[in-house]
Amino acid sequence: MAELWRPIRKILREPLGALGLFLVLFVIFGAVFADLLTSWDPTKINPRDRFQGPSTQHLMGTDQLGRDLFARVLHGGRIALFVALVSTAVSLVIGIVLGLIAGYGPRWLDNLMILLFDAMKSFPTVMLALALVTLMGPSLTAVMVVVVLVTVPGYARIIRTQTIALKTSEYVTAAQSMGASSARILRVHILPNVIGPLVILASMDIPVVIGIEAGMSFLGLGVRPPTPSWGSILNDGFTNIRDTAWIAIAGGVPIIITTLGFTFLGETLRDVFDPRLKGR
Amino acid sequence: MLSYFIKRLGLAAAIVSVAMFLLFCMIYLIPGDPASVALGPRATEEMRAALREKMGLNQPVLVQFWNFYIGAWTGDLGDEVLSGRPVTTVVLEQLPYTLALIVGGITWSVALGIPLGCWAAVSRGSWADRVVGILSVAVIAVPSFVIAIYALLIFAVELRWLPAIGAGEPGNLGDQLTHLILPSLAVGLGWVGYIARMVRASMLEVLEASHIRTARAFGLPDRTITYRYALSIAILPTVTLLGVGIGQMLSSAVFAEIVFARPGVGKLVYDAILTRNFPIVTGTVLITTVLFVLLNLLADLIIGALDPRVRSSF
Amino acid sequence: MTTLRIDNLNVTFSTEAGPLHALKNVSFDVPENRIVGIVGESGCGKSTLINAILGLLADNGSVDGGSILFEGQDELTTLPPSRMRDLRGPRIATVFQDPMGALNPVISVGKQMLNIQYRSPLSKEEKLNRAVEMLELVRIPDARAALVRYPHQFSGGMKQRIAIAMALMMEPALLIADEPTTALDATLEVTTIELLKDLQQKIGCSVMFISHHLGVIAELCDDVVVMYAGEVVERGTVRQIFQDPRHPYTARLLECDPARQSERTRNLPTIPGEIPDLRARPTGCIFANRCDRVSDACSAPPPDKDIGGGHIARCFVADTPAETGVTA
Repeated sequence: MAELWRPIRKILREPLGALGLFLVLFVIFGAVFADLLTSWDPTKINPRDRFQGPSTQHLMGTDQLGRDLFARVLHGGRIALFVALVSTAVSLVIGIVLGLIAGYGPRWLDNLMILLFDAMKSFPTVMLALALVTLMGPSLTAVMVVVVLVTVPGYARIIRTQTIALKTSEYVTAAQSMGASSARILRVHILPNVIGPLVILASMDIPVVIGIEAGMSFLGLGVRPPTPSWGSILNDGFTNIRDTAWIAIAGGVPIIITTLGFTFLGETLRDVFDPRLKGR
Repeated sequence: MLSYFIKRLGLAAAIVSVAMFLLFCMIYLIPGDPASVALGPRATEEMRAALREKMGLNQPVLVQFWNFYIGAWTGDLGDEVLSGRPVTTVVLEQLPYTLALIVGGITWSVALGIPLGCWAAVSRGSWADRVVGILSVAVIAVPSFVIAIYALLIFAVELRWLPAIGAGEPGNLGDQLTHLILPSLAVGLGWVGYIARMVRASMLEVLEASHIRTARAFGLPDRTITYRYALSIAILPTVTLLGVGIGQMLSSAVFAEIVFARPGVGKLVYDAILTRNFPIVTGTVLITTVLFVLLNLLADLIIGALDPRVRSSF
Repeated sequence: MTTLRIDNLNVTFSTEAGPLHALKNVSFDVPENRIVGIVGESGCGKSTLINAILGLLADNGSVDGGSILFEGQDELTTLPPSRMRDLRGPRIATVFQDPMGALNPVISVGKQMLNIQYRSPLSKEEKLNRAVEMLELVRIPDARAALVRYPHQFSGGMKQRIAIAMALMMEPALLIADEPTTALDATLEVTTIELLKDLQQKIGCSVMFISHHLGVIAELCDDVVVMYAGEVVERGTVRQIFQDPRHPYTARLLECDPARQSERTRNLPTIPGEIPDLRARPTGCIFANRCDRVSDACSAPPPDKDIGGGHIARCFVADTPAETGVTA
């Protein structure tokens, strides 16, 4: 317990880190306890109550179909966090594997992979998302595939650079000379050393991922209606912006709070645990 | 300098080629027949067969790729499904609107970001530095489409200061510029943060350099030292950042075009998806990718022009 | 007239661990038209001294006590920054140690030489001619063509000569040379030193020459100031310091100079011990913990003893010559 407490205390000492941690916990709390915090069904249509402002009955008001916005925002948080966690985890695994291969493998493979990563990065994110959705159809899976395609090249490059640096270091050479296999060297000597900075960078990518999910859902390329996502709520708000501002506020403010929270937390994490990464 | 240019051009061509290959793989190897996707569910089997024939989908996969590849390099990206006009023409018609938006976004974010970064660097540790730092992080974090919608809500819908829709009357420059304000605000805001941070970090590094101490020891005015001696070096990483960032800005531009109902490639491709106008989608992706690679190249060349060390090392 | 008179100068830095007394009661003169060598190990306060003179102390450093009088009229410790800036360059010029980084890499040499003449009423053409003249003086080949070139296109020795040309272009009264030859190889060092001496005589300025290279000091300088841990422990003419060192530290320093080692000694002697923590200066002699002539008296602050002829040493036993162990 004390082991866990020390890094948290370090973060809390920074005002920005404390704010970030608070916002993130706030959002996680809302998503996890969505069903306890509201009795409204986020997809229940109630046309007679549409376009209502905030009230004690509907904390954030209702949308153009009379659905309770508070319930939709809480459940939208579940989608956002789910996508962020799952796709970041998948990206990390793929990025680590590709990066280790590029960094430890033969030179020609490395060059080829670097070219591939550069080409991947040269697709503008939204264009990639649009092209992919045209083929796959809009779905949460499509969102996650986009996230993986967008973030993997970055992770793989970092792992590659660090692997190359470590490959020639003394203790890896020593292990090699003692007959350790490549797989063992990668697993025991290289992986533990490259993973720390990567996790910090990935945590700083979470706001980007949340932005991609919300953005794609905003364009109607992500979750299908009536499933609530912050992006689709924001789209409802955009479509009806001349009738009421409440829907747009309900959809956008959670995105702002979450991206700011994760960013502040990620920045502090980096400054506290790995100042070398500053400016990346 | 020439060999440097040729080398970079070769690399750019290689990246575009690989991008084309990836795009081709995406189109043809992911399940889903482009012809049926393009025609939608109500199409008959004969219509699909005809379109497949027309699109060359019955040929071996390598031949298809070769045709696609050669066609793309010669500017032939096929014809769009509805009107039958060449995709390249349709996309290039819309591109100026998007470019205007991006240029608008870059201009104001550079104009604000560089002085803010300098200011933060020279007053390091002060409250001004901290405020600039936190604001930079904040504007980077918030997605641009959220900013676009709130800009629309506040300045166009509630305050009614600025127009909400379209690109302005053709030929009326003032009107077009007024229509550009809100979208380029949304596109550029995050970049103010990026640029300010980047400039601050590299300024702090440069200000430590011994040639800056020499300049001080010669009694040069602080303004000359900050803006001519230090900034001329600190600006270089920012140029690279901008080159790489154009792709991201293109993404923001797509959202801005949709939110503000502006013409442009973003609106084009979005509408193309809704109408299943498939060749437009791939054509736009490819053209924007080439554009992105070219702008990266441009950034490298600008660096070469600004930094004599780079210029003579090639 | 004395170009620079430093009297009882004290400089303190505020650090997280408390105040750091970087310079303590530093006094010496740089007479007109003379070359004064400042010698000492790294960390002895040479850089702080330069920055204090130039008014370029870091934000956490301040002069608390003493005076720096320039040309008998300007008190540099209290001069407003704008006035100080007017002196830097035209009146007090500086050449720094690192020739690789001393010039701005993205501005051409000509432009940099033009920029530092920004106060001069000359026309641009005249300023450029002046720059060419100076470059020729420091023997840069094809000086006019050199104006449009960038620093990275010159070798290290040439860059240092360009830096010297820039420093002397405004004909300053005082040139501060901060280890200008340390980064150069031995041959270049000799030519640069000769050039510096030559130019000093031509222009008629005073030079404050900082170096840890005793051979260079002996070669070039008229007077020597020996610094240790932020204090001037001994000063005098080159002859006085090198022939008749009175402070035990000076004696040890001379002993440790590899150039003065006789063939017999195989091991290079070093001074045992370390420079004391400047945040907790001893009340007595700063060198006591490393001194081989230490006595009970040394726990009190040692006096600046005048040996005669301008030769002064901050030591209780300065009346008797220090053992150098080197057969002169």
